Amino acid sequence: MAAKSKDEILHDHNDDGIDRRGFLKCMAWAGTGALCVMSGGVLKSYSLSRLPGLSPKEAMGELSFVQISDSHMGFNKPANPDVAGTLKAAVDKINALPAAPEFMLHTGDISHLSKPEEFDTVDQILKSAKPKDVFYVPGEHDVLNDDGKQFLERYGKGSKDGGWYSFDKKGAHFIGLVNVMNLKAGGLGTLGHEQLEWLEDDVKHLKHSTPIVVFAHIPLWSVYPEWGWGTEDSAQALAYLKKFGSVTVLNGHIHQTMQKVEGNVTFHTAASTAFPQPQPGKADSPGPMKVPAEQLKSVLGITDVNFVQGQHALAVVDSTLA
Amino acid sequence: MRRSVSIAVLTVAVVIGVGTVDVGQKDLLASAQQKPETTEVKIDNFSFGPGTLAIPVGTTVTWTNRDDIPHTVVSTDGVFKSKVLDTDEKFAYTFSKVGTYPYFCSIHPKMTGKVIVQ
Repeated sequence: MAAKSKDEILHDHNDDGIDRRGFLKCMAWAGTGALCVMSGGVLKSYSLSRLPGLSPKEAMGELSFVQISDSHMGFNKPANPDVAGTLKAAVDKINALPAAPEFMLHTGDISHLSKPEEFDTVDQILKSAKPKDVFYVPGEHDVLNDDGKQFLERYGKGSKDGGWYSFDKKGAHFIGLVNVMNLKAGGLGTLGHEQLEWLEDDVKHLKHSTPIVVFAHIPLWSVYPEWGWGTEDSAQALAYLKKFGSVTVLNGHIHQTMQKVEGNVTFHTAASTAFPQPQPGKADSPGPMKVPAEQLKSVLGITDVNFVQGQHALAVVDSTLA
Repeated sequence: MRRSVSIAVLTVAVVIGVGTVDVGQKDLLASAQQKPETTEVKIDNFSFGPGTLAIPVGTTVTWTNRDDIPHTVVSTDGVFKSKVLDTDEKFAYTFSKVGTYPYFCSIHPKMTGKVIVQ
């Protein structure tokens, strides 16, 4: 008989396909976020799981901040029975950075079911992070039942009625967009007319050399529309940003890391701090991956994505620390 | 187990039916002689099964979410709307008028279904 594979489950007391070691490995994967470093007006993004090789100089740049996403506080299924633990692991990694980032972005799905106690738990855990400012945009799980009322009361200070806003940090212009409201049957994420008009106006008077960072929950590029991984009217939003020399778009929602460069625009999606989801089209549905041992390797760290849509291969690149 | 499930269905049906109590009671009376019809739709892998359901007037349809992720059942025309259904939670609606009722999950709008009442 062949030697046991390293990822074989050794002790599965709950018959749920996960042993202790497997879960810890999952945590090693799941406790991730992205460190974003602005250098020379260009933003680079690094997985927090791959930081040990990063020099302090690289980690600083002109401006560095952290993106975390999809905490899904309240989720308790086998794919990750301890989402609080994995969020804490992400905070530990943030606090271990050689230089403290200026602030954090949370790109939505803070909670799993929009329950007040779920938001409270995330707030409590993030209080222990060195960066004190956190900027949020909602995910669809944060606006259940009340059209986002609770989310806006908690996190929407200084934002427009619909929850979108912008701010400036060290010469870069940050724009938080909301694309999880008023979703239509059969459709994708939606920004809506009012928000698009605001965006056009918001960037109108900025110099073309201003680095732009846009963040929203659902990807603003068509990752996989069949699973709803895209935004109906994102092309209009991107058209308003065409004149800028450096545009970075940060999203969550798909629980895996992907990057794509298109002209002056770089798109990044962040991993979830809670549980992985399958690569586009590689499963029957985008539901949580239950980390069976034989699949575990593919969700650890960053997987290169070679997603081919029709005849056009997307130039999805993987930023490494090498 | 069986008992608790049927209580849950009943509770949901009662809560949902508040706005249409009259119609619902008439239906119950009418169908008492004809044996009330109930049909299930299961939510699995981000899809409604069956996606298209044809039923006679007066049938109660019960949706059950069997995914690890919450879903909703929302009529595209505003006829019915469930609360968010977490894993194993149910939503029931009694169709008292002939017509076609498209619906979707408002959290994952790519998930669509249709009930045809004959």
